[in-house]
Amino acid sequence: MKSLIARDLKLLVRQGADSAAALVFFLIAGSLFAFAVGPSPAVLAHIAAGVVWVCALLAALLPLDRVFGPDFEDGTLDLTLLSGLPAYEVALAKAAVHWLTTGLPLLVIAPVLAVMLQLPGGEMGLLLASLLPGSMIFSLLGTLAAAVTLGARRASVLMPVITLPLMIPALIFGSSVAGSAHPAAAFYMLGAIFAAALPLAPLGAGLALRAAAE
Amino acid sequence: MHLLTAEKLSIFRGERLVLNGISLKVAAGGMVVLRGANGAGKSTLLRALAGLTPLAAGGLYWDGMPVTDFCAHAARVAWLGHLNAVKPALTAAEHAPMAALAAVGLERFADLPARMLSAGQKQRLALARVVASGRVLWLLDEPTTGLDAASVARFSGLCAAHRAAGGMIVASTHTPLEAADVRELIL
Repeated sequence: MKSLIARDLKLLVRQGADSAAALVFFLIAGSLFAFAVGPSPAVLAHIAAGVVWVCALLAALLPLDRVFGPDFEDGTLDLTLLSGLPAYEVALAKAAVHWLTTGLPLLVIAPVLAVMLQLPGGEMGLLLASLLPGSMIFSLLGTLAAAVTLGARRASVLMPVITLPLMIPALIFGSSVAGSAHPAAAFYMLGAIFAAALPLAPLGAGLALRAAAE
Repeated sequence: MHLLTAEKLSIFRGERLVLNGISLKVAAGGMVVLRGANGAGKSTLLRALAGLTPLAAGGLYWDGMPVTDFCAHAARVAWLGHLNAVKPALTAAEHAPMAALAAVGLERFADLPARMLSAGQKQRLALARVVASGRVLWLLDEPTTGLDAASVARFSGLCAAHRAAGGMIVASTHTPLEAADVRELIL
């Protein structure tokens, strides 16, 4: 499983543009809000955490068709499934790679966007702390949707339709953490969603991979 | 000594019954060549022997025991599909170790990215990965596609060496192979 992650990371580093596109989208989409709602610090500060969360979610969706797509098209998926690794471990490895190349970089540049949107300094820590499990949830559920839509026509249309409803609970609780007087409750919910997604999403994705490889 | 047996396999692809009542037996050191027109179901049979495609009827047995654990069966299989699974961004040496590259005559190209290789060389790279896998059961779908005469001869040598070491091979091909004691299955 480690060698699978290492190989995929190597591939993505050599084709760096794919992962960079999500980050550029994140920054551009987030900064457009400042232009649209006006530069008033009070308004921006009020919506900052929500905007960062929505943009992170949309940016995490962007590279999903690259998670299994290329492997499916060039026959690598057959080889991976025949490597002796259970299908859910393959899916978990892919989710880990997605998080390392999309979620983690998003976490790193999220403060830049948050500062641009006048997020109150005291809430920065909470925002990042909520985005950490949030981005992992995005990767897990996104991998599930990518596996389910594998081989389907119009997969790129189908994918957000499947993913977004699954991710909305995480978005609701996650974006309410920063700015809330009692963030613990929302954190518990985020943790619960993560704890459910961690075993279930790879399991479902693994079954979908086996079905796609038939 | 291992034995792979397939009894009366029936396999659907989508709504269509592609194979019906196919039986096959490969013992250690044995080789079966699948022949048949395009679309006759050679690839489908190979996928079923690998455990990728579920069986509608019939049974797959390893050493007389039904194959139920997909992962355990997969660990015996070296797979070469009709898609060669060569990643253009990785070098040849990152696909297969040096010894295997030398076995298919690609050692000079070890440090080249695979996108610089020709179609035949990519196929040889995929073969090198099969050689390097160390798995006992080789399932090869059109392994000689795009290979020149020298490479086909080299491939025959690799097959002979694998069989001499107790390995087994099921391959689909249209080209005649020079190999001793090969059983043909016409689909």
